[in-house]
Amino acid sequence: MINDVVAWLTDGSNWVGNGGDQALTRLYEHLLLTVVSVAMAMVIGLPLAVWLGHRGRGGTLAVNVSNIGRAIPIVALLALLSLGLFGSSVLGPFGRAGLATLVTLALFALPPIITNTWVGMREVDRDTVEAAHGMGMSEVEVLRKVELPLALPIIFSGIRLAVVQVWATATIAALVAGPGLGRIITHGYDADDPAEIIAGALVVAVIAILLEVGLAGVQRMLDPVARARRATAKRDARRGSGSRLPVGPTP
Amino acid sequence: MTPSLVPTLSSVHAPAVDNCLTRNDWICGAYFSSSRVDALQTALLQHIGIVVTSVVLGFVIAFPLALLGRRYRKLEAVVVGGTTAIYTIPSLALFSLLVPVTGLGVETVVIGLGLYSLTILVRSMIEGLRAVPDDVRESALGMGYAPARLLWRVELPLALPTIMGGVRVATVSAVALTTVGAILDYGGLGSLLIEGSSTNFKAQVLFTSVLCIALAVALDLLLVGLQRALTPWQRTAASR
Repeated sequence: MINDVVAWLTDGSNWVGNGGDQALTRLYEHLLLTVVSVAMAMVIGLPLAVWLGHRGRGGTLAVNVSNIGRAIPIVALLALLSLGLFGSSVLGPFGRAGLATLVTLALFALPPIITNTWVGMREVDRDTVEAAHGMGMSEVEVLRKVELPLALPIIFSGIRLAVVQVWATATIAALVAGPGLGRIITHGYDADDPAEIIAGALVVAVIAILLEVGLAGVQRMLDPVARARRATAKRDARRGSGSRLPVGPTP
Repeated sequence: MTPSLVPTLSSVHAPAVDNCLTRNDWICGAYFSSSRVDALQTALLQHIGIVVTSVVLGFVIAFPLALLGRRYRKLEAVVVGGTTAIYTIPSLALFSLLVPVTGLGVETVVIGLGLYSLTILVRSMIEGLRAVPDDVRESALGMGYAPARLLWRVELPLALPTIMGGVRVATVSAVALTTVGAILDYGGLGSLLIEGSSTNFKAQVLFTSVLCIALAVALDLLLVGLQRALTPWQRTAASR
């Protein structure tokens, strides 16, 4: 079994050839779908949630949008959109039912982005914001120089959640005539080829975990407080003196 | 649009049947023939069965893991990290990776969804137990509560709202994800959904979609009711 899977994965003809209808094309479709749909959700969700969070409004919406998103099966939305509004024709590099898939994925990327951005903006210490106002910062400056940098780690964790979730969701598109790596798996079931099923599943799973781990690393680098602490620690180490700021554990 | 062509085409071959089925309308009363209602009923029962079994399975495994994780800090990191890694794996891939171990049956879907529930439940249990105030714990110990009695009579009741929150999230997610089980022919309503989608049967796709969401909402409300019944002290506190 394991040998068959390795054989499938190392067989070049499974990756390229057949008029570009092989795994590498699926991988490209999958990555493209993930990036574009998350970007679409960011363009819509980020400004909306930053503004709502800054004004302290729309909390019910921001929190409930995630609960609603969880209750809607991906398969259902994809099937509804591909049979209805958007059809299932090929959309350029996005593949079969490209538009329906893209819109579905963007809709599923919205909740984590909106919820986390809103929560991140609200979690910024109110005293800090007041102090910034007291220093004579304008509304825009407070938003740009204080609230956004402090909220950045939580906002980014929303984007990370969205990416990982969309990567997973895009796999399911194959169940409803859609594009992406899921088609390797569904093809494996249709052709009754266990090696292909497992190989496809492995590729999908390994990249999902890499995305999660990699983005978690980026998120740690974005935390301004932790970054400042690291910088101070480094400077103090160079001077040979003890750390002046209490260096907490890096999150 | 293609749907408008359907009656014209069918009237060439088999004349005179013009109803919402041949027009392929989204909403169609004729869809509910007795054989389709039977199929819907079977699918709905399968769906509920898969959801309930997988969440219960996840709960039964999560509970001892959470207790162990609370006692041994290092184990907690392993448990939380491990379950998070599983949670990251897309459902279609997870089911497929389980197939060599658990076969092509309903067990694979139940175990896969159970693993997702496990992640959500372990976290909410650890979080809920950790949020129990230390002075409450100390007063219970001072009153002579043994560790087991402390857990069942003091800590778990206080952690219950957080744990029930986890159960709700796990259940609603499981309802949505069960549809993916259609790849193994055990997707409950998802099997009908995908059948409808591949045969371009709009009435079936819309109705099973709505039914899926209604099931998630119904189970969620049921759990809210259960939580209220289990925590009567919260109601009296709120009404005061």
